[in-house]
Amino acid sequence: MNPLRRAGARPGPAFTVTLDGREIEALPGRTVAATLWAAGVTSWRSTRGAGRPRGVFCGIGVCFDCLVTVNGRPNQRACLVPVRPGDEIRTQEGTGHDD
Amino acid sequence: MVGAACALYAARAGLDVTVVDRGAVTGGTTGAGEGNLLVSDKEPGPELDLALLSGRLWSELAAEDGLGPAIEYEAKGGVVVAATPRELAALEAFADGQRAAGVTADPVAADRLHDLEPYLAPDLAGAVHYPQDSQVMPALAAAHLLRASGARLLTGRTVTAVLRAPAGPVRGVRTDRGDIHAPAVVNAAGTWGADVAGLAGAPLPVLPRRGFVLVTEPLPRRVRHKVYAADYVADVASDSAALQTSPVVEGTAAGPVLIGASRERVGFERSFSLPVVRALAEGATRLFPFLSEVRALRTYLGFRPYLPDHLPAIGPDLRVPGLLHACGHEGAGIGLATGTGQLIAQVLTGTTPGLDLTPFRPDRFPEEAV
Amino acid sequence: MTDRPRLAVVGAGPAGLAASLAATSRGIHVTLVDSAARVGGQFYRRPAAALGALRPQALHHAWHTWERLRDGLAAADSVEHLPDRHVWCVERRSDDFVVQALLGPDQRESESVRADAVLLATGGYEKVLPFPGWTLPGVVTAGGAQAMLKEGLVVPGRTAVVAGTGPLLLPVATGLAAAGVEVAALVESADPRAFARRAGALAALPGKVAEAAGYTARLLRHRVALMPRHTVVAAHGERRVEAVTVAALDGEGRVEAGTERRIPCDTLAVGHGMLAHTDLAESLGCRVEGLRVYADDEQRTDVPGVWAAGETTGVGGSALALAEGHIAGRSIAARLTGRAPDPREWAPAAKSRRRLRAFSALLDTLYTPSAHWTDQVTDDTVVCRCEEVSAGEIRTAVAELGAGDVRTVKLLTRAGMGWCQGRMCEPAVAGLAGCEQTPARRLLARPVPLGVLARAGEPQEVLGGEPRVDRGGEPQEVLGGEPREDRGGEPQEAHGGEPREDRGGEPQDAHGGEPREDRGGEPREAHGGEPGVGQGG
Repeated sequence: MNPLRRAGARPGPAFTVTLDGREIEALPGRTVAATLWAAGVTSWRSTRGAGRPRGVFCGIGVCFDCLVTVNGRPNQRACLVPVRPGDEIRTQEGTGHDD
Repeated sequence: MVGAACALYAARAGLDVTVVDRGAVTGGTTGAGEGNLLVSDKEPGPELDLALLSGRLWSELAAEDGLGPAIEYEAKGGVVVAATPRELAALEAFADGQRAAGVTADPVAADRLHDLEPYLAPDLAGAVHYPQDSQVMPALAAAHLLRASGARLLTGRTVTAVLRAPAGPVRGVRTDRGDIHAPAVVNAAGTWGADVAGLAGAPLPVLPRRGFVLVTEPLPRRVRHKVYAADYVADVASDSAALQTSPVVEGTAAGPVLIGASRERVGFERSFSLPVVRALAEGATRLFPFLSEVRALRTYLGFRPYLPDHLPAIGPDLRVPGLLHACGHEGAGIGLATGTGQLIAQVLTGTTPGLDLTPFRPDRFPEEAV
Repeated sequence: MTDRPRLAVVGAGPAGLAASLAATSRGIHVTLVDSAARVGGQFYRRPAAALGALRPQALHHAWHTWERLRDGLAAADSVEHLPDRHVWCVERRSDDFVVQALLGPDQRESESVRADAVLLATGGYEKVLPFPGWTLPGVVTAGGAQAMLKEGLVVPGRTAVVAGTGPLLLPVATGLAAAGVEVAALVESADPRAFARRAGALAALPGKVAEAAGYTARLLRHRVALMPRHTVVAAHGERRVEAVTVAALDGEGRVEAGTERRIPCDTLAVGHGMLAHTDLAESLGCRVEGLRVYADDEQRTDVPGVWAAGETTGVGGSALALAEGHIAGRSIAARLTGRAPDPREWAPAAKSRRRLRAFSALLDTLYTPSAHWTDQVTDDTVVCRCEEVSAGEIRTAVAELGAGDVRTVKLLTRAGMGWCQGRMCEPAVAGLAGCEQTPARRLLARPVPLGVLARAGEPQEVLGGEPRVDRGGEPQEVLGGEPREDRGGEPQEAHGGEPREDRGGEPQDAHGGEPREDRGGEPREAHGGEPGVGQGG
């Protein structure tokens, strides 16, 4: 049983956000990370050294692996930031500061 | 760092060297430093001469096989900025004196400042550019110089006594894990140099002067030089025990920007001080407004080894034959380490030192200061 | 009300909630500062309110304890809950404290709370030891998978392996399976024979054993392969994990050659125990003993005015956190009103605390990572995830540059200098360097914008000059949000998660005094309370 059904969720209406320009559906209350997971995406950052893909690791804001750029602001923890209608989420490269 | 440099130059001069540290490699002030190799903040005099010598030696070491990148040596240059025309006039007068002593110091007009440092605040009066200022990563520098020295390294061993022959000369040190015999002992214990000097019966008034450093998130290179405000020079030279802060900002090879510098004499107090860190952040964001949005990931503190006249103690201690000191470099220990190491090696091998050591005499302090 | 003594509680998990309730009912004004949007901490992390979950308890254990805490809090008239506050430092001034917190989720502004005393109830986070492939997307901490499930009602993939060691793995595997994930295997390095040898001691807390048995039965029902005395040797994949290799461990904790087995999966949930958040205590100058904050019998640290409770003082689970929090709250209430507390008042809680600590110490000896885990860490394995420092670089620093401790390795390799400040890699670095794990002194508990630092401590920002009566105007949302069964007019304080051992011979201390009612088939926490992963405040 999927977790939404299991918990008897009656979420508010879904809305749209974008990941690198691609539209994905989001539920209110979810974080950016949960939204991306629900859309089947598990990585949204590449490291500044080897350029390796990363996504959620600790899930509670401690490890900073899930850093992402949201609405132009880099280095936000996807596991903490709630998703909002119209958010522009971008895969983050390197330091996130356009180097 | 100073101990590592002494070991390197002494070993290269043909001596058999043992390095003893009660902690780890780079465990004291070195590990809390920024790795400045500066001439810009020094007025003409013996310390500047030592800085110029040390700068040359650092660049020679950096040219050795693989060593430069390993210690993250960067001849990046320093930029000292003045906020007001009055500050600028004082800065330029200071630079005139330095030029006469052999320092390269190029005036930078306000309208050229952003060619050197594009992200500087817009309304500064002008600056002086010091191309000789350089940087290393201090912990790596100490570790790699030690390795290059080939010296025996005994960490985690505490010196508990300085061994003396009946007639007076030293013959080694006692540690908590056995004696080490040697005809010469170099006290390179930095901020804790007074303790070792005390064990030898040759008091030296080294005191801690605390400093905090703020480290930011990794960034692309936005701060190219070591950039600091002109009032830093006055703080460095000050005797005050009270808190002084002046912004010192620099990028690093690894990405983060380092922000100093605070000075206060509060003993070995290790707790966090929000007022100090706040002042550092305030100064840095004033120089580089873009830093306001940048996050500090950490802050750490260290204790500079302070001697009352701001000059290190370098050379033989006439009170105890065989004892040499190489400590008390305050905030310049990384930069001055190479010159210090070479001078110590020269003394140990009976060669004429490259600089007059009189101003650095360890026994220059009156007893009451000790 | 205005002149009530003021307590700031950092962290709204079990310890912080129990302390808040105990203190507020004894005349203390409590400001509860927490990083999450809703109280509960990691253990009682609930679905986001907007997801409208009608059955949040379906993904939870010990739900009745939560209801008691929640109801106690709803009735408390002097607990001010400040959600979404990420505490980055607690400043100790001459006669009070100022808690500095970034306002989430943007974290661009900071807010201050003044208090006469501070309780550090900042919880813990999960320890993970490295292996080749552990940085691949799809490899998550066990607690992280659970947190995302509990709050976001979302899972990372279709097929998972749960691995590592510790009491957390059972509920995580059960939770994922219940949420529709195919759990291919539960890989636990602990040796069941060790449990058998300590059967006597374990039987002292029969409730815990029954819980574990319950989990195991459910896992078997979900056809989860249980692989005790096994370890994950490597995770494989290019852009995300596609499979893991697991292998059996011999009696000495070495991988048995020839037992390697590849299991296809798109998720690996892995954990090797818990670590406490000690940062705020460090910056306040509190004594830290090894990996935990020192606290005395009253839960006082050695800094006057600073108390600590829960995982911060040593990892032991939610029931222990409740007991410690309760004691701390009572001690604080007495001390702030000029009385020396009488420990007899909290004797039941103290008894729970003693038993649960003993139990947790026992578990620590049973749930251990494989003794030779570093053998599997190849030189090219990234150990510091932030700065991408490899095991080979760390080994070089140790073997050739004289580094013999975590700090020196950090200085010489940058391991631990990145965004997470070593929280993730410290155990691994210590293991590779062959030394004790010593946490770095993290004087800033979180990244802070320099612009915020430059303004920190401006007087007008300090809250707490007068009590704020606006309690968000949304007690339901803050304190509950779920459909609530009416629990009538029972005295609230008694429900404040206060450890209860006052009911005769029931073995309820097995649950740290959590009230035990029959909860049918609901999953419960495993031994010792599933450690509350997280960082309060």
